[in-house]
Amino acid sequence: MKHLMLSAIVVSLAAFGSRAAPVAQGGSVTGTVKFTGTPPANPKVDMSEEAACKGKYTSDPVVMVTNGSLANVLIYVKSGLPAGGKYAVPSAPVTIDQEGCLYHPRTLAVMVGQQLAIHNSDAVLHNIKVVPKKNRGFNISQPTKGMTTSKTFTTEEMDIPVQCNVHSWMHANLNVFSHPFFAVSGADGSFSIKGLPPGKYEIEAWHEKLGTKTMTVTVPATGSATANFSFSAAAR
Amino acid sequence: MHWLSWMLPPGASTFAGKIDFIYYVILTITGVAFFLVEGALVVFLVKYRARAGRKAEYIHGSTRAEITWTSVTAVTVVVLGVMSVPVWNLVKGRNSVPADAMPLAIQAQQFEWHVTYPGKDGQLGTADDFELRNQLHVVVNRPTVVMLTSIDVIHSFFVPAWRLKQDAVPGLHIRVWFQPTEVGEFELGCAELCGLGHYRMRAQVTVHTQEDYDRWLAEQSQNVAIR
Amino acid sequence: MATTAATVDQLSHAGHVDTRSFLRKYIFSTDHKTIGIQFLIMSLVFLALGGTLAMMMRWQLGFPGRPIPGGSVLPETMAPGGVLLPEFYNSLVTMHGTFMVFFAIMPLLVGVFGNFLIPLKIGAPDMAFPRINMASFWVAASAGIIMLAGFLVEGGAAGAGWTSYAPLSETAEYSGVSLGQQLWCVSLIVLGLSSILGALNYITTVINMRAPGMTWFRLPLSIWALFITAILVLLAIPILSGAVIMLLFDQTIGTHFFQPAAGGQVLLWQHLFWFFGHPEVYILILPAMGMASDIIANGSRKPIFGYESMVFAIIGIGFLGWVVWGHHMFQSGMNPTLGQTFMISTLFIAVPSAIKVFNWLGTMWRGTLHFHVPMMHAVAFVAMFVIGGLSGVFMASTPFDIYIHDTYFIVAHIHYVLFGGSLFALFASITYWYPKMFGRMMSPFWGKVHFWLTLVFYNCVFFPMHQLGLHGHMRRIYDPTQYDFLKPLQPLNEFISIAAFLLFASQAIFALNFILSWFFGAKAEANPWKDNALEWTVSSPPPHGNFPETPTVYRGPYEYSSPEVSEDYLPQNKRLPTDRAPAPQPAGH
Repeated sequence: MKHLMLSAIVVSLAAFGSRAAPVAQGGSVTGTVKFTGTPPANPKVDMSEEAACKGKYTSDPVVMVTNGSLANVLIYVKSGLPAGGKYAVPSAPVTIDQEGCLYHPRTLAVMVGQQLAIHNSDAVLHNIKVVPKKNRGFNISQPTKGMTTSKTFTTEEMDIPVQCNVHSWMHANLNVFSHPFFAVSGADGSFSIKGLPPGKYEIEAWHEKLGTKTMTVTVPATGSATANFSFSAAAR
Repeated sequence: MHWLSWMLPPGASTFAGKIDFIYYVILTITGVAFFLVEGALVVFLVKYRARAGRKAEYIHGSTRAEITWTSVTAVTVVVLGVMSVPVWNLVKGRNSVPADAMPLAIQAQQFEWHVTYPGKDGQLGTADDFELRNQLHVVVNRPTVVMLTSIDVIHSFFVPAWRLKQDAVPGLHIRVWFQPTEVGEFELGCAELCGLGHYRMRAQVTVHTQEDYDRWLAEQSQNVAIR
Repeated sequence: MATTAATVDQLSHAGHVDTRSFLRKYIFSTDHKTIGIQFLIMSLVFLALGGTLAMMMRWQLGFPGRPIPGGSVLPETMAPGGVLLPEFYNSLVTMHGTFMVFFAIMPLLVGVFGNFLIPLKIGAPDMAFPRINMASFWVAASAGIIMLAGFLVEGGAAGAGWTSYAPLSETAEYSGVSLGQQLWCVSLIVLGLSSILGALNYITTVINMRAPGMTWFRLPLSIWALFITAILVLLAIPILSGAVIMLLFDQTIGTHFFQPAAGGQVLLWQHLFWFFGHPEVYILILPAMGMASDIIANGSRKPIFGYESMVFAIIGIGFLGWVVWGHHMFQSGMNPTLGQTFMISTLFIAVPSAIKVFNWLGTMWRGTLHFHVPMMHAVAFVAMFVIGGLSGVFMASTPFDIYIHDTYFIVAHIHYVLFGGSLFALFASITYWYPKMFGRMMSPFWGKVHFWLTLVFYNCVFFPMHQLGLHGHMRRIYDPTQYDFLKPLQPLNEFISIAAFLLFASQAIFALNFILSWFFGAKAEANPWKDNALEWTVSSPPPHGNFPETPTVYRGPYEYSSPEVSEDYLPQNKRLPTDRAPAPQPAGH
């Protein structure tokens, strides 16, 4: 009965031609990303000539492992979504912050049309250079602390480099999806992708240095499917 | 510094004395010309202003005057040129780099100076080379030669205290040499518009004594800069 | 009778009823005088815009990081909270230079006075090609609109300097500017077309349409200067057009002229740009020198001293201007030996300029000096040009240029020759020929007020820039306080900025004088300055077709205080009992 009602709602919404929201009480994919073995040493960063930032961070946290959990892994639905599906764009922006002359987070994703809010928490000039292959790029400055600039993207694209030239060690990876089914693992390695219609999905986990892992999960109508990933010290 | 002063700030390289000398010669010549010409102008404005009964003199020119001022100007510029040639050759001449100059490599990029040091063996391109961001360390009284390039746009390597400037051009590797004469801290700035961070493309220059430099070099042996 | 006279009479509409519609008379006019005034309005607007951009730059330099008063009207992409962003500062630097060089000074000198003066001063009814002349203005105006559009597009206006060095100017990834740089290129290509059309007209007109008796050595120096300038324009602008087209292709269709990784040459842009750019700066000064000569002779009531030398100096500057371009590139990485050769040619070009200065002094010597407003500006032009010329000697010396290249010493030099030189000469010329253009006199009182305020504030702004440069202050930097060695200079930057605001504000007096005199100025007689040249023999303004009868010329334009007449001036076309009729001229002369 519930299924019929749900289908009726979806069909009538589709009939109006409007975007379908991630199903309110749909299923989800949750899990943890772990790292086995000894994490590789992260590159040192020399901030000695940047008075506003020096002393805080001494290495670039490319591989961030805490108690065996791996952060900054992008997990997303690679295939399995209905073709031509349209999804509402979240009104809340995704924020990337420049703090201590590093990007936080260093791996992030937005939906097509969703605002990326670039914030500067440092009292120093940063420039944000984004050079996509399919989207329109930009290279803008934020000379003062507290500035926020918003940008949006029009086309799905993976692994767009985000870079500061004033501090050339600063890198982030931006991904743009046409659907909202993505997440980035936190410091504890956990992630959660909600609102998925029931079905079989290929889920991919991507790390900027450690490569990709894929698995297939079946998402129930409600409740969650588990997808745990494990990386080890093999370069991509 | 006195705001109206035409004196140059102190120089700290072997080039400074020679370049500054040319400056003071030009300053003297142009200063004299300035006072003579502007002075004559002011005198004329007062002396020949229109007054009742004054008529202008119907003169069309003077060939002698033309020859005189043309030759004086021409001779003066020739002298300035002749004086300048040897100094230019010394600084920029391809064959003027001392054979024993300590080598460095500088890669200019938006918006940083990446300086590669030869390490203990004094040779670039060996395993003990290391790179620093925005720090130039050299030894007083020792000639140093920088292989300068850029990986993106044109920048310009400018150390005012050394009277040294050279554009860093993508696709070109240009040798720049100098010999510092003063120990201390100086600044390196970018002198060619290179984008939004141009105003901030600054490096700290430290001129060490030889002992100081050797000590610093030993400390750097673990240094690996991020790229 | 000479063939020329017959041709000129056939073309002349003077004395006939003017049946042109409003549109044909004032908008799409083929009358060189109207076209000159159209260029004047367009150029003065760009002069004001260029000055406004400079005021924003000076605010940031004097008070780095402080919000501009009223800056909240600017969008977030330019100045969030009224504080300029560094990339917008770079656009201001770029567009200030571009507006001033291409859309203010060059059209003021060449488009306005080339157009207005040439037919009148040579005794012709109009230009050789009046419709091409009309096209030249409308093409220039279109180029202006394209250039302005750069401020409205994503990524903002061009930001790689008015010199637009590659690779910065061609790589959006590095500059953050994409469409803006392309529009800059397109605008200059279009403007180049306008300039070339104008140059063709001027050269043809001066060669072919001089009135009987107007031999080459009876031409006013303003015409000689405009003629040589037109030749420079004809030869130099196509180089710019070619270079800019190559840049545009690199930006848009995948060529690699200036990209080393793909086999291009970075320095090629500089060689091409400056091969145009150096003749360009002589384009920007020669007409000013010529017009100042006319005005100084008039104000001194005395013939120009050394007329032939002055002509040869103009030709010499025009010629030598082609072989000095490398002095902009001494530190560029080009072969240092080239530096030697360019230093020699650069030092030599000081000579004809010096000759001109001495001859202006010689003109005033033993004259009887009348300080009408144009004369005041013309004298100031000489005084300021001397400073600009002398500062050039420092940078001509390649080793000293190592130190002062790309510092404010260069900025001081540029502005002493372009503002102290060309712009003061333009204030002189606009005031002088205003009655001939509009039939009214500008207010002499407000002209003098404007002159003194401008002279004082102008020197307060630009003279200290020599000191900034001598202390190593680099050009085009958004915030000098980033460098310890520049921090002590900051009070000087503040002083310059405040003087700049006062300088800019003072120009309102000129603007008001210009606009109000047009409607309320004292009506002008035919020859208010008691000048000898042909335009002063007809009404103010002249009728369409200029001369009711083709004039005949018996002498040069500088016969002031001649013993042959009791007045202190003797018009070129006044026949004295001792004058013979000019020889019949072969067709085409």
